[in-house]
Amino acid sequence: MTRLSHLDRLEAESIFILRETVAEVAKPVMLYSMGKDSAVMLHLARKAFFPGALPFPLLHVDTTWKFKAMYAARDKVAAEPGTELIVYKNPEALDKGINPFDHGPLHTDMWKTEGLKQALDLYGFDAAFGGARRDEEKSRAKERVFSFRDRNHRWDPKRQRPELWSLYNVRKNKGESLRVFPLSNWTELDVWEYILREGIEVVPLYFAAERPTVERDGLILMVDDERMRLAPGEEVVSRKVRFRTLGCYPLSGAVESDAGSVEEIIAEMLASGTSERQGRAIDRDGGSASMEKKKQEGYF
Amino acid sequence: MNRPADIKTWLAARESKELLRFITCGSVDDGKSTLLGRLLYETRQVADDQLAALADDSRRFGTQGEGVDFALLVDGLSAEREQGITIDVAYRYFASDKRKFIVADTPGHEQYTRNMVTGASTADLAVLLVDARKGVLTQTRRHAYLAQLLGIRRFVLAVNKMDLVDYDQGAFDAIAAEFRAFAGEIGIADWIAIPVSGLNGDNIVEASLRTGWYAGPSLLEHLDTVTLDHSADVARPLRMAVQWVNRPNQDFRGFAGEIASGSVAPGDEVRVLPSGRTTRIDRVVTADGELPSAIAGQSVTLTFADEIDCSRGDVIAAAGDPPESADQFEATIVWMADEPLLPGRGYWLKIGTQTVTATVQEPKYEINVNTLDRLAATTLELNAIGVAELATDREIVFEPYAGEGTSPNRVLGGFILIDKMSNATVACGMLHFALRRAHNIHRQHLDVGRETHAALKGQKPAVLWFTGLSGAGKSTIANIVERKLAARGRHTFLLDGDNVRHGLNRDLGFTEADRIENIRRVGEVARLMADAGLIVLTAFISPFRAEREMVRKMLPDGEFIEIFVDTPLAEAEQRDAKGLYAKARAGELKNFTGIDSPYEAPAAPEIRIDTTVLNAEEAADLIVARLLERR
Repeated sequence: MTRLSHLDRLEAESIFILRETVAEVAKPVMLYSMGKDSAVMLHLARKAFFPGALPFPLLHVDTTWKFKAMYAARDKVAAEPGTELIVYKNPEALDKGINPFDHGPLHTDMWKTEGLKQALDLYGFDAAFGGARRDEEKSRAKERVFSFRDRNHRWDPKRQRPELWSLYNVRKNKGESLRVFPLSNWTELDVWEYILREGIEVVPLYFAAERPTVERDGLILMVDDERMRLAPGEEVVSRKVRFRTLGCYPLSGAVESDAGSVEEIIAEMLASGTSERQGRAIDRDGGSASMEKKKQEGYF
Repeated sequence: MNRPADIKTWLAARESKELLRFITCGSVDDGKSTLLGRLLYETRQVADDQLAALADDSRRFGTQGEGVDFALLVDGLSAEREQGITIDVAYRYFASDKRKFIVADTPGHEQYTRNMVTGASTADLAVLLVDARKGVLTQTRRHAYLAQLLGIRRFVLAVNKMDLVDYDQGAFDAIAAEFRAFAGEIGIADWIAIPVSGLNGDNIVEASLRTGWYAGPSLLEHLDTVTLDHSADVARPLRMAVQWVNRPNQDFRGFAGEIASGSVAPGDEVRVLPSGRTTRIDRVVTADGELPSAIAGQSVTLTFADEIDCSRGDVIAAAGDPPESADQFEATIVWMADEPLLPGRGYWLKIGTQTVTATVQEPKYEINVNTLDRLAATTLELNAIGVAELATDREIVFEPYAGEGTSPNRVLGGFILIDKMSNATVACGMLHFALRRAHNIHRQHLDVGRETHAALKGQKPAVLWFTGLSGAGKSTIANIVERKLAARGRHTFLLDGDNVRHGLNRDLGFTEADRIENIRRVGEVARLMADAGLIVLTAFISPFRAEREMVRKMLPDGEFIEIFVDTPLAEAEQRDAKGLYAKARAGELKNFTGIDSPYEAPAAPEIRIDTTVLNAEEAADLIVARLLERR
């Protein structure tokens, strides 16, 4: 090999970040959400520590409202040898029956933000890998690769450390923790190109298929199970759709598409004119500064 | 970009795209965000829903009336939106058919040298923006200087807002000539000036018809074709900083890291530094199979033909052309924290995968980044750049940052300094060279060593380090301890703060820097005495944790015994045996610990004496007992 492509360089950088974290922190964990970014991050981690097994467990902070196909994918990954998967559900949210229909923003806050904090504290993890990318959203553009959180898991934009060269300052005091983003410099297109190159398996929901759907507030939602509530006048219609991002099914908007393969997804993305977060109801509460606000509160 | 006819061919071409990282810098009103927003827009990085949001944002926050404000595409955090300026480094991504680009977008504001340096540290090229109406400003020079300082060799001078000078060639030529003179002065050889309008899109992607007199490439054409540093990195000798030792079982021991420069193949002879031992590469292991060779920029795992010691922080290098190791250097330092540099204080220094303790001397000079004049300086404050000597507590493997003509040695030449208390990254720096001093003064091997000294005295040496507020009772207790030890036939020596200040340290005052030097000297003297086999007692306020830790590290494990004489401030002040607290309260004594200078209590002292519970005799008995029960 005499020259490296952009994917080679992104891969090398991500592996460097994964190794640096494992070498310097006491108890890392990898957030695993079954999405394409998680799949790529897990693939990179397996490469980084080959021929050894993963030197950290995977953590799924569950909301009980993911797509069935996502749970199937999760259980498949968990069954692979040398993989330890922890599933955590916020007991309070479980107890109160928090759901996306009745509780609005509280659903995300209690299941995901609070659930994550509780899980990290419970197991004493001091660094958590996440699959977030800087190209996802404007306020992410300034996020560090190693994002520093205080003992209450809060993110203070003014206290983030400058990151020079590939010299990451991983030092922290007791109780403080890090969120580490190995895919910081990847774009959505890079992720798909890498999935194609490496033959990484992703949840079938990313590929177009006929699915039972309803249209609500401009989003196409999939009726994934019997818990989906229909408003008066709403009708379940079969549409050929796929998802660009995956989350809780009542909050994930689908796009109408014919793309049935990774190649077709890439081609469609280049021709299409919507950003992947457009289908995320979660970003919308609170206007354009909403993601930043969520991060300060401890959202991933 | 339209949907290509043959997706497979086209995808194959995409996979072999190269990566170029660049930085954009300009003054506040040069239109940098607009230019960058335009670049993203024209390369189709902006989706329809984002455009809709942009139109909405433009009406609410925009500066273009009813027009679309492209700058809003790249202005992120809400605080800066409200202030109307960019306040941090933001990273942007776009791609052409040939290359993927990572853009470090840094602000032009004067106080943000820190951000500019951060952005430049990973960039291969710098785009300097100037306003066609204003020409090369002080800030432009500063940005060019900073980018060059960080090792960037290729520059684009984007003369923006050409629409506001009616696309006048004369205006453009005058600015280019002005920059040429400056570039020659500071040694920028590889640069190009391009007339652009971010607002109207001229010469951003396509050549503009409105600048018919300009025959050069558009900004994107230039970014697509400019030479990259990668081949220069590969041509240099092998360097790989070991990140992590991969040892999944007894049969496998691999050394993981990213190759910083050169290439490596099975059979290559390598040297592991700093030990200097040599071996051959057995295999280049990756999850995709063993590689016949690997080059700079790849993350790999190497195995050796022989079992030799190698761990995180070591550097694997070409056996015939290894880098140097040293513990004293000259370096350029960029200060990045609100709290200024404290010469003599120990900071963590991270370089490659090595982390050591380093102390920085008073700067030789500070550089005025606007005039490039050298100014006298005793410290470095936020955003100051200076040249200083620094010493590390052990040898580190390094290369001069600036290299020779080719790309900079970023991995083994660039470092950060970390505050030991707050863990904040307080500075970055670039090593120039090792100081001859350290090279030429080799340690003399002594036939009669410290073990012999100690054995002759029949005791185990130690440093009993008493720390606490003025008037806490340190000297009183230390005196009694020494008396009791002498009575048991132990060889001791008591170094008292006040006494030392009459002699060895009479040139030092009570500023933070002088207090640090005071403790450093006492620590060195205590170490020499411990080497001579003595039990040394020291009674110094020694208010800073970092300095006490510095002394601890000078001594073999277990020989530094920190004794915290814990007396509440109110109690010490009430005793006030020397009348110092009264003077300090009256403002006659400055920097008095506990009054207007902090005392950092030990977190985990070997012995803590609570003087509200124990009297001096009881305290001394406790200390003697603890000392003598040591093995």
